[in-house]
Amino acid sequence: MPIVELVERLGAFILDGIVALGNFVLFLFRSVLYAMLPPYKPRLALRQVRIIGAESLMLIVLISTFTGMVLGLQGYHTLHLFGAEDSLGTLVGLALVRELGPVLAALMIAARAGSAMAAELGSMQASEQIDALTVMAINPLQYLVSPRMIAGVVSFPILTVTFNVIGIWAGYLVGCGLLGASGGAYFNNLAANMTRHDIALTLYKALVFGVVVMSVCCYKGYHAKRMATGISRATTEAVVLSSVLVLAWDYFMGSILL
Amino acid sequence: MSFESNGTTIANAIEVRGLKHRFDRQQVLDGVDLTVPTGTITTIVGPSGCGKTVFLKHLNLLLRPDSGSITIDGIEITKLGNRGLNAVREKFGMLFQAGALFDSMSVFDNVSFPLVEKTDLAPQQINPRVRQTLAAVGLEGMEDKFPSELSGGMQKRAALARALVTQPKILMLDEPTTGLDPTRTGSIHRLVRKTQQDFGLTAIVVSHDVPEVFSISDRVAFMHRGKMKLVGTVDEVMASDDEDFKQFLAGRAAGDELENNPVSS
Repeated sequence: MPIVELVERLGAFILDGIVALGNFVLFLFRSVLYAMLPPYKPRLALRQVRIIGAESLMLIVLISTFTGMVLGLQGYHTLHLFGAEDSLGTLVGLALVRELGPVLAALMIAARAGSAMAAELGSMQASEQIDALTVMAINPLQYLVSPRMIAGVVSFPILTVTFNVIGIWAGYLVGCGLLGASGGAYFNNLAANMTRHDIALTLYKALVFGVVVMSVCCYKGYHAKRMATGISRATTEAVVLSSVLVLAWDYFMGSILL
Repeated sequence: MSFESNGTTIANAIEVRGLKHRFDRQQVLDGVDLTVPTGTITTIVGPSGCGKTVFLKHLNLLLRPDSGSITIDGIEITKLGNRGLNAVREKFGMLFQAGALFDSMSVFDNVSFPLVEKTDLAPQQINPRVRQTLAAVGLEGMEDKFPSELSGGMQKRAALARALVTQPKILMLDEPTTGLDPTRTGSIHRLVRKTQQDFGLTAIVVSHDVPEVFSISDRVAFMHRGKMKLVGTVDEVMASDDEDFKQFLAGRAAGDELENNPVSS
């Protein structure tokens, strides 16, 4: 009997998972579709670019500075063991551009803007503001979610590139400015070893992470249960799930595109 | 009174037949039938939790029924696609129980929102209309306030202004006077009646202000356990011998339900 119950629960869990996945894919598809259909609301998308992009800039600057500094410090000491300090620029640059830049930028935006977005949409759901849009014959997906998706696709690549550039400079300041590695070799080796493919990879990843983080956070907020714990749960799930998916996609994209 | 639609006179703005809706194991609507004549105010009363708000949310398909039909202005809406449904929804103005004001917008922006988004009116036309509607609900001078800066009653009135500003053909009010003092309750009732008379609109009001709300009602529907148990003019319903309605009027129904379902400590 316990085994039957266990199988039943497992079956229900898997079925719920399939239904949730189907709902999410439909949500994503509709949000992207409505972003391309009139009426166009560039004002709403620009407002979200400000919230997701511009207001995340200081956080990105801060995190990328420390990330670059740590890479410069650890990279220098490790390479120094082999007398390869000249490769510091390659190490810092490739680590940032291929992996750390897009991933850390996405995680930071998910934590800052994604959580706020899930909480805002959850609160709108709980207080029937989303229903109010529907009864005014305004498509809530098109009005609330599509502009956020557009803003994610625009903001993530810009913030990722910003992260990479600042991180590389921070690595240079620590490795070359403080620890004594050659500044010329730092940038020469970086330029020699970084290809267009690496830059394309960072942009592809940023675009995909933008869609992943925005869609997950919007989905969780939009479908929050109409109570206080529903909003807090949606916010937590939005950040956790989008972070896990960013890391999982990072691996898959890295293994396919690298 | 009736209004024209596609050249045809529609006697009944809303016709609902056999409407059923179940949440998990709870049959909230259990075969609701209701006809709302065009240009009248119909008030739905009933004990808390009997399904009044759920019923109201079916009329613009915020909730979809498990079975039954809903005909609005001669159009059966349960099988409509998004475009057709939006055309029907544009006839509605709805006041939600908790107001549902957009908390990121000022009172003015909230009330002007449906005009800005759904009409081609210029700001010079929108501004006086919004101020006039706000004045009608007693909120002049509150245009720049945000919903969080208003009392519950003021939020309700701002939400009512938003529902009225588009001059809808059908107005749905979910407890429009809950949280208001008796003076405001009377003025809101008079406003609803005046708006209905001025524009010939059809209104459905869900209310607990019994019997005060009957003064503006042309018809009353008493909802009980997922069904419209009584429907008729105010006089007809008030003269009814129905035991549940009498209990409801006497304020005993809620007490009985509490006695039958005591909350354990």
